Amino acid sequence: MKKSGIVSYGSYIPRFRIKPDEIARVWGEDPENIKNGIYILSKSVPAPDEDVATISVEASRNALKRGKINPKDIGAIYIGSESHPYAVKPTATIVSSAIGANFPMFAADYEFACKAGTAGIQNVKAMVDSGMIKYGLAIGSDTSQGAPGDVLEYSASAGGTAMILGNEGVIAEINHTLSVTSDTPDFWRREGEPYPTHGERFTGEPAYFKHTVSASKMIMEKVGMKPQDYDYAVFHQPNGKFPTRAAKLLGFTEKQYKEGLLTPFIGNIYSGSMMTGLSAILDIAEPGNRILAVSFGSGAGSDAFDITVTDEIKNMDRGSAPTIKKMLADVTWLDYAVYAKFKKKIIFGDAIE
Amino acid sequence: MGELSRMWRETDHRYRMVGEKCGNCGKLYFPPRDICPTCHRDSIGKMEDIEMSGKGEVVSFTIVHDVPPAFTRQRPYILAIIKLEDGPSMTGQIVDTLPSDIDIGTKVRSVFRKISEDGHSGVIHYGYKFVRDA
Amino acid sequence: MQLSNDVFIIGTGESKYGELWERSLREISVEAGLKAIESSGIRTKDLDAIYMGNSLSGMISGQENIGALMSDYAGIADEDVPTLRIEASTASGAAAVYEAYLSIKSGEYDLVMVGGVEKMTELYGNEMIDISSSILDREWEAFFGGTPAAMAALSARKYMKDFGVGKDVMAAISVNDHKNASMNPTAHFSNIITMEQAINSTPVAEPLNLMDCAPQSDGASSIILASEEFVKREKKEGVKIAGSGISQEYFALHSRDSLYSMKSTVSASRKALQKAKVGLNDISFAEIHDSFSIYGVMALEDIGFAERGKAKDLVFSDIGLKGRIPINPSGGLKAKGFPYGASGVGQFVEGYLQIMGKAGKRQVENAKYGLLHSVAGTGSTSIVHILGGE
Repeated sequence: MKKSGIVSYGSYIPRFRIKPDEIARVWGEDPENIKNGIYILSKSVPAPDEDVATISVEASRNALKRGKINPKDIGAIYIGSESHPYAVKPTATIVSSAIGANFPMFAADYEFACKAGTAGIQNVKAMVDSGMIKYGLAIGSDTSQGAPGDVLEYSASAGGTAMILGNEGVIAEINHTLSVTSDTPDFWRREGEPYPTHGERFTGEPAYFKHTVSASKMIMEKVGMKPQDYDYAVFHQPNGKFPTRAAKLLGFTEKQYKEGLLTPFIGNIYSGSMMTGLSAILDIAEPGNRILAVSFGSGAGSDAFDITVTDEIKNMDRGSAPTIKKMLADVTWLDYAVYAKFKKKIIFGDAIE
Repeated sequence: MGELSRMWRETDHRYRMVGEKCGNCGKLYFPPRDICPTCHRDSIGKMEDIEMSGKGEVVSFTIVHDVPPAFTRQRPYILAIIKLEDGPSMTGQIVDTLPSDIDIGTKVRSVFRKISEDGHSGVIHYGYKFVRDA
Repeated sequence: MQLSNDVFIIGTGESKYGELWERSLREISVEAGLKAIESSGIRTKDLDAIYMGNSLSGMISGQENIGALMSDYAGIADEDVPTLRIEASTASGAAAVYEAYLSIKSGEYDLVMVGGVEKMTELYGNEMIDISSSILDREWEAFFGGTPAAMAALSARKYMKDFGVGKDVMAAISVNDHKNASMNPTAHFSNIITMEQAINSTPVAEPLNLMDCAPQSDGASSIILASEEFVKREKKEGVKIAGSGISQEYFALHSRDSLYSMKSTVSASRKALQKAKVGLNDISFAEIHDSFSIYGVMALEDIGFAERGKAKDLVFSDIGLKGRIPINPSGGLKAKGFPYGASGVGQFVEGYLQIMGKAGKRQVENAKYGLLHSVAGTGSTSIVHILGGE
């Protein structure tokens, strides 16, 4: 059996950004504390007409275009997000229609905090491996929520990445994947609540680090690799500090993790976070490159992937869809007032909206 | 409140810009129509679905300040007539740009965006808008 | 005696145009109708039929079937006068006149009332922008953010670019309207505005400002049409409808060949002049559909008063009451007011008063022939009538 993996990929990051200085100004915080404390220099903000459906569609269209894949060949769509536009009415249905996929289709929306997108990758890979589908689309996408004034407001951002998996024309083989799961209440949002709640320092050791580091170690052991055997490593990145520390704890160097570390510039795009970091690596990867990719979802769990880039990537015109570098460079800055309007933190009366 | 089927039946056209090609004269139409205004009777039953490229240029544009309720949060917005590379002209918003960066002749491409919402609990209507094609 | 089948206006009546907070749809409609009856010296029960022009009462007031409503409230429910509503969006009034005119032309009726009514001020908030956008293509214009002002602005931007003119060309239309309206007691606005005020007013849909846009007015207008036989028999005075033209064009603006020419206006005015057997030089004044100032500019060119792109040679000097071609002596849609379904009938009221020499301070000297121009939507339908002559 041919080894399955990533056949194409595409991302979408809204062009709007806000700096911590602007948010700190409103809440009377010291922006330097934020920048040093969580290492976030700016975050992406969705336009008022963007949501997880639109971001997922744009990312998927980029993936289809880059891989020159006929949407009629997509057999499954799974979308991970914690900000699906509907509580009930799957985003996957909207994406399926917007990309022009077929009526026979496996589809669902996933939720596992920030790792629902990578859970989708595992699911789609299993479906490809079992012969249920030719190609499948796994998407991690969010327009994440941070309560005004909360520390999350500095990081919660918007964006998404779509991965098309299959076993023909694979540009990056997924050699192995595994997950860890435990009941850990580090971060949650109750049904009907607009903003999530987090356990502050509890989100670190017992949650992010325990799961991310464990999953990383387990997969390296499983495939018989050491940190120095990898060209790139990418982790879930709720802020700029956590993934850097996890990488160092595991024994990775800056050279290995810096290409996939996007949070300092775009913030935490939750379900799209690690996947978008992986997208940035695929933008520049060479045949033979080995990548360790590990996501983390609060609640909690981690999905780990051991990936090898193939010769096939040379046949792909990676510039035919926007690269992460291009989207990082194409920016419109917002002040807090416009940001608040875009994010619906300013409430209009019924008579005008 | 509560519009469903009227919106739903346009999904393909609004999500993917599916227009029509006259099977008689070959001319492309968007928005879709069932009868070719050139071929009349000869086109009946021969209009075939065809997806537009979504690329085009600005024929004219306006910055709308007095906006209907659905667009309050985007005020002011840019509305334009776009001539598609495929031939037809159509009406749509241009987003993610300053009005000063738009002129007659500016090249644009289509994107998938939220157009309006049926109140706070109703369905969300999606469709095409345009951005500058860098 | 050999009679033609000519049709005459033998009386007119109007409510005040403006923000009529205390008056209802049915009240202003009945007021205009009774004034027209009074003015023509007939009795309501002598009417063969009533045609009502109205565009938006269903959406604004939740009231359809207003033909029947109006005849009832005019007190003739027992008189068996057939009453129908005619709808052609902003040209509903002119369309109602057209249908009434045909009904007499055909020989079926001798005496017909035409009413036009719109109550535009019933709703608060910006919901009226959405409702008024129903005159556009809801699925392919309004759904994506098209409003009547936005569509007119698209025409204005392209016109200004292609002919290298400024906003003053459009503003001149509004300034002229306000000047004339100040002499019309029926008009919504009685104030005069300057070019500077017009050009610098609040933006609505750039490049159009508030002073480029006709207001939301309440108002009702009514006229009585009679056959030549009736006029002769009853020894009535009247103004002849000398010619009539109605034309169609693509529904949505984006489907048209030109953003600044309404083919429907070009064709309807040609038809009307031809039927009236008069030339543009015979026209003493014109009431044009300037719901937006750019539409006024376009109308001058589409009708033929100016060549394409040359309205600028006309609007600053020649459209006043004493100008080469007086435009909108009533104050036009911008200043007399713009109650959608009433405005087309309102033009007939003005035309009648001018030709009868009863227009008071705004009387055009020696007014012999008048051209009335009404437009539906952004130009999908144009209706042109020529009044006057023997």
